[in-house]
Amino acid sequence: MRRRAFLKLAAAGTLGWRSTAWGWAARATAPGPRLAVVFLRGAADGLNVVVPYTEDEYHEYRPTIALAQPGGRGGVLDLDGRFGLHPALSPLLDLWRRRELAFVHACGSPDPDRSHFEAQAYMETATPGVRTTRSGWLNRLAAALDLRHAAQTVAFGANEPLIVRGPAPTTTFPAGRGALRPQPLDRDPVRRAFDPLYRDDPRLGEIYAEALHTRATLLAAARREGADADNGAGDPAGFPGDAERAGRIMAGDRHLRLVFFSLGGWDTHVDEGAAQGTLAARLAPLGRGLMALRAALGRSWRETVVLVVSEFGRTAHENGNRGTDHGHGNVHWVLGGAVRGGRVYGTWPGLAESALYQGRDLAVTTDFRSVIDVLLANHLGLSPHARERVLPGFGRGHKGLDGLLA
Amino acid sequence: MSVRIASSALYERLTLGWAPWDRREADLGDPDPWLHAQLHPGSEPAALRTRLAALETLELTPKALFDRYLPPRAQRRDPQVRREYRRRARTIYRQAFAARVLRGLHSPWQLRELLVDFWFNHFNVFAGKGLCRLWVGAFETQAIRPHVFGRFRDLLLATARHPAMLFYLDNWLNTAPGSPGARGRMRGLNENYAREVMELHTIGLGYTQADVAGATHLLTGWGLDRRTGFAFDPDRHDFSSQTVLGRRFSGGEAEVFAFLDFLAAHPATARHVSREMARYFVADRPADALVDHMAANFLSSKGDLRALTGAMIEHPAFARAAARRDKFRTPYRYVLATLRACGCEVREFRPLIGILRRLGQPLYGCLSPNGWPSTASAWLSPDALAARLDFAVALGGGWLPLDPGRPRGEPYVIIAPAAGDSFWGRRERAAWAAAPQRLRPAVRLGAPAMQYC
Repeated sequence: MRRRAFLKLAAAGTLGWRSTAWGWAARATAPGPRLAVVFLRGAADGLNVVVPYTEDEYHEYRPTIALAQPGGRGGVLDLDGRFGLHPALSPLLDLWRRRELAFVHACGSPDPDRSHFEAQAYMETATPGVRTTRSGWLNRLAAALDLRHAAQTVAFGANEPLIVRGPAPTTTFPAGRGALRPQPLDRDPVRRAFDPLYRDDPRLGEIYAEALHTRATLLAAARREGADADNGAGDPAGFPGDAERAGRIMAGDRHLRLVFFSLGGWDTHVDEGAAQGTLAARLAPLGRGLMALRAALGRSWRETVVLVVSEFGRTAHENGNRGTDHGHGNVHWVLGGAVRGGRVYGTWPGLAESALYQGRDLAVTTDFRSVIDVLLANHLGLSPHARERVLPGFGRGHKGLDGLLA
Repeated sequence: MSVRIASSALYERLTLGWAPWDRREADLGDPDPWLHAQLHPGSEPAALRTRLAALETLELTPKALFDRYLPPRAQRRDPQVRREYRRRARTIYRQAFAARVLRGLHSPWQLRELLVDFWFNHFNVFAGKGLCRLWVGAFETQAIRPHVFGRFRDLLLATARHPAMLFYLDNWLNTAPGSPGARGRMRGLNENYAREVMELHTIGLGYTQADVAGATHLLTGWGLDRRTGFAFDPDRHDFSSQTVLGRRFSGGEAEVFAFLDFLAAHPATARHVSREMARYFVADRPADALVDHMAANFLSSKGDLRALTGAMIEHPAFARAAARRDKFRTPYRYVLATLRACGCEVREFRPLIGILRRLGQPLYGCLSPNGWPSTASAWLSPDALAARLDFAVALGGGWLPLDPGRPRGEPYVIIAPAAGDSFWGRRERAAWAAAPQRLRPAVRLGAPAMQYC
């Protein structure tokens, strides 16, 4: 953005949030399919999310935290006669029936690391085993999609997660109740104080303009769409509120293509619970939030895929504290209007002692990168060459994922 | 040593930024005596020493930290006990953070503080990985700080033997398969440290997988004694001889020392270390002539880091770069520079921990062993700039709860930069004059000139 564009921007900024579109369409790439990634930090217990309830070992390994058979008290919600959904996720059952929700079970990282930080980093860089990668795969994806504007790739939350770090412009957007509260730089007097310093600065002028533009664009989209819905009540707390707000922003601004959320609190070493308890209390808002995202997206849901991941699974056996410890394979979720859902994808290795990874964990039979690769190819339409840029060194196929996206 | 450069430019580049209590130094005409002093630092001022002395975990050994801040073995599985100890352990991190910031703010030996930042990052360990949360501060105090003006070989050895490094890069697990001591988690090879000690700490790229394999075998048994101190365990060591980088090492502990000595003196190490240091202090893409000059000094001085630092500063490329003020400050350097410009007395450190996280560079919080980058491309983005300006407004306006003795919302009074500062020109003076009184500190702290050193 050169000086003239900046002056227009500055003028727009002082007029208020509603005037946003100065020359913006010309700069941004055309609207297109969207991807939302939800990271469950702390290793969600996939075996209690999509439950292999027909396997005797499941009930045997988990005497106090196993979920009951379908139809029983607090029982799982049957999916396909083989797997059942945690009852706290009952709002999602409707999606499953509409075939807009799929799962990939026994999915995860080929790297055996059971440290949260390292496993999360590997999943965010999508280069498992390589510790020194500096960029996240959503950032490389933004580059591959030629998303030149920071407001097109948004991580919700105060801090920039590794998954969006890298050379392509991306932005964070605050989460939580105060998300739309103005930051200092959103206030006119503050901008007026900084404008003369930055306007003509050869090194930082454009970046400053871009920063203002990004905030204005996202806030405008959030406020325009939300003004009536909120009715002055303010946003609900937690993920449902954030997801709903994100959906509104995405519906209001079709140039926004990639979004990221992370949710904590999945590290259930102690008192994990079954139909109720710690895990159930985390799953319920996640399910509600995903439905809120869908509702807020409106027609855009058809062009959106939501991928829910977690760094690794948890032990097949419960531990001495009625919880589970760090494990290996997990279930990854794929939702969206374009998904061919109503199916559990992947290759189920079973829970027999001999099938467990290192004799203790669900094995990984689907590399998490193959799920991403299917999305890149069939949802986002990337060429093999572009996919290689997003997933360097990953050349393997999509075994067990045929038909996940039309 | 003789450096011809405007003192303000030199000062910004070799310190964490100008502070009111450093006025005399900033105004000095002839920089040479100041530089000489910075390269030969004396003791810290009494007021700073008193504040550091109040941080009781600062001087504890890894063993003492382990004993006091980990639950006794019998209670280790009790979740309530674990939570309580985890909470207590956070004070160690906070105190290490406080010590780093206090020294950054108040130590007159600013070059040393920058070198500690640089070398810690070069030998990065991550506070989020297991026991490292107890030991990052100890690592800095014991393995890094004493050696920044010493010999590279001693620095390398201090890091190689420190529990924080042994734990962070997993070498405490590295065990010769089938050796008499192999058991439990320690029953196989772990090449993590062997690779990084070459690629990141010493020679840089230019090794082969065979070199990594050889170094891994050589480093078996180089580990921790009951997880608290360095110990070499011959029962887990592979005594067969190994070839690494064309040199043959027979097995045994003395050969591990020989290997580290060999790496420390390697010409590729001289170049790699020189380039990294020049990247941090001089330019994102340092000129070959500068790197060559530094590397030659490194080799002839046998890795004398005081000489290396001096060689970098006296090279004409340094003065040229400093005069351009074109090194984009990392979030850490930016935050410290703004606090110093305000003349802040920081008594509450928690807000700063959060701000460094928000700006993307939590202290001791770099997960990957290559440490934080020091280049503009890694830190300059619209989102990052917006976060810096938000922070500048909050700090300058006195809204951050850093000092309970100060009324909330009382703006800091920031003395205008020295008249000769060419980076505070007409544009800056006009913006300052036009801004409302309460935003003037923010204009000063957020200005483009402040983003660079």
